Amino acid sequence: MKMKTLAAMAIGATMAAAPAMAELVIPDLSYRTGPYAAGGTPFSDGYQDYFNLLNARDGGIGGEAVRIVECETGYNTEKGVECYESTKGEGALIYQPLSTGITYQLIPKATADEIPIHTMGYGRTSAANGEVFNWVFNYPANYWDAASVAVNYLLDENGGSLDGKKIALVYHNSAYGKEPIRTLEALSEMHGFTLSQLAVDHPGQEQKSQWLQIRRERPDYVLMWGWGVMNQVAVQEAANINFPMENFIGNWWAGAEHDVTPAGAAANGYKSLNMNRVVDYPVLEEIKSQVHEAGNAAGDGSNVGKVLYVRGMYAAMLAAEAIAKAQEIHGVSAVTPAMVRDGMEALEITNARMAELGMEGIGPEFSVSCQDHGGAGQGLVQQWNASAGTWEPLTDFISPDDSVIAPLVAEDSAAFAAESNITPGCL
Amino acid sequence: MSADFLYGIEVIINGLMAGVLYALVALGFVLIFKASGIFNYAQGVMALFAALTLVGIMEGQVPFSHLINAIFGTEVHHFGWEVPALLAIALTVLIMIGFAWAVQRFVFRHLVGQEPIILFMATIGLAYFLEGVGDLMWGSDIKTLALGLPQGGSLAVEEWTAGLGGDDFYGFFIDKLDMIATIVAILLVASLIIFAQYTKQGRAMRAVADDHQAALSVGISLNFIWVLVWSLAGIVALVAGVMWGAKSGVQFSLSLIALKALPVLMLGGFTSIPGAIVGGLIIGVGEKLFEYTIGAPFLGGATENWFAYMLALIFLVFRPQGLFGEKIIERV
Repeated sequence: MKMKTLAAMAIGATMAAAPAMAELVIPDLSYRTGPYAAGGTPFSDGYQDYFNLLNARDGGIGGEAVRIVECETGYNTEKGVECYESTKGEGALIYQPLSTGITYQLIPKATADEIPIHTMGYGRTSAANGEVFNWVFNYPANYWDAASVAVNYLLDENGGSLDGKKIALVYHNSAYGKEPIRTLEALSEMHGFTLSQLAVDHPGQEQKSQWLQIRRERPDYVLMWGWGVMNQVAVQEAANINFPMENFIGNWWAGAEHDVTPAGAAANGYKSLNMNRVVDYPVLEEIKSQVHEAGNAAGDGSNVGKVLYVRGMYAAMLAAEAIAKAQEIHGVSAVTPAMVRDGMEALEITNARMAELGMEGIGPEFSVSCQDHGGAGQGLVQQWNASAGTWEPLTDFISPDDSVIAPLVAEDSAAFAAESNITPGCL
Repeated sequence: MSADFLYGIEVIINGLMAGVLYALVALGFVLIFKASGIFNYAQGVMALFAALTLVGIMEGQVPFSHLINAIFGTEVHHFGWEVPALLAIALTVLIMIGFAWAVQRFVFRHLVGQEPIILFMATIGLAYFLEGVGDLMWGSDIKTLALGLPQGGSLAVEEWTAGLGGDDFYGFFIDKLDMIATIVAILLVASLIIFAQYTKQGRAMRAVADDHQAALSVGISLNFIWVLVWSLAGIVALVAGVMWGAKSGVQFSLSLIALKALPVLMLGGFTSIPGAIVGGLIIGVGEKLFEYTIGAPFLGGATENWFAYMLALIFLVFRPQGLFGEKIIERV
């Protein structure tokens, strides 16, 4: 009798859980606390708000509701791995770790668990080689693309030649900060500019030595690979030594509003790369009316339209499109992580589709394939207008130099394949 | 004079200025350790909390607004007024005094007589608690500190000194904010010394620092003195938070400035105010000069953090009590 009761309860529980199993589970590895919260919060708000909009407006994706499972990482690698382990059992379809450190730890785990990871503009650059990294995608662009885009922009600014110019790289002294060095070294040989490297130790609160060195050496341009407090201090220190702000270019993780506002008017003219154009998209109005006014917003609403909010929304859109593609390929709405991976590998983002989604021109057009998980690799240059308090796009999306990037990706991914006993190939 | 030599002098001057900022953080540690034997792990977070509170008050931000809005479904964020800087500083000081009282009343009063490691653990808990409360109270976004403090290199100094070298020397760079920080630090230390030497409470504080059992026997209230030193440490934290926050905006990484104070304390001793100042200056100059002469040219840069600790370690090996710390003699 007792066994029967237990069996009935188990069946009942299974049936009750059945609808939840059909939900599309998307973990959000966010960081809303700690030293990097100012960057993590707007991204997470945008990521969640877009899925909430799809639930409110379209009933989810392909008729299946999206369930967000938020887990706070504090931008801490160990906590990020804990978040992965605690959420993957819920049927997680895709991870966006939002941290290069966490990404490096998750690559072998997610590969073994067969859950796709999307590292948008961060993480392991050579993951662009889909034949080695079957479960990792880093479209629409990666760090090496960013370095090349910055140099191509400077080439354009200097009539096609950087011969004899001096470029300084101020970088976070971490795996993330060191990512562009190989590319920039290759590009400096190719274009004849001198590259000096200035490392800044974590967290970057104190940078006097680096900026005194820049003041002494007078480089023509300064590029920055920073994150967190390093960005705000660097912008202030550049202003302190009267470095021309229009010659100071941060990467796309050093180009949000909070990176420049503490320096006030002194930050005017500072430039940064961006992988997503920031304008007043119609979809933002939909989010306000259907998500925020309905009380389903992920945050307090203050981040809507900001650089990192739009990037989070863009990341969510790319995930949603991949899920929709997976549903189309496999003919089922309740897709599995492996199906989502197939959707990501068959993803095609066109201008027409972005316009249809209410975010025309948010990113470049690109398509993904088994060989290429990296997308178009394009980025634009934006400039801070301190009086208006806005980032203004200066260029359209600029392409990287694939003749430099592709061999580096091939070399690094081949080394990883050898270390990990991976035989490259498509799934 | 050669440009390299002049730039070396510039590095030393800037190292001294940076050292003052490190000393400002170290001072808070020394005050509490000297009076109560507690190594206050929360000192960096206190600097963050004080600066967050100052900006929040100045901007008329409603404390705990996210929590209030989440519970009651309201949309309140600001009171709609702005508070003048001086009044906001005074209110922040009052809040830090209230915090000192609460710490004493609800934490350390219950831990009297416990081992130092227990007290240290309590301050670790306090640090994380305070960081969480700060986040809940004022939000985690980066705030601009609009105190009107001057920033940027002094053009006057640059112009006056440009003639000392050739065309490749551009004059000395001295940050105006660093000059202000130096003046503030001098005033702060002078005030602390005057307070400790010439006021009744200051003398009582010194008596407790020397021998708290003897101080108890002559009627000095330990509770009052501990609230007093935590309040003073709170005020020092506010000054440190303002100076560091003016450079980077007030944000949660401010709590990490405590890391810059540790080598200063190892070098200067945990019980000496002059030790904190001199230790800060030695660390500031040492790390900058090492980076200029060896770190950047030969080691790829970013040597300042580890060099500061290495320098402190060398001092520690030869003088464990620090430069000005009290020598511990235990007789069998």
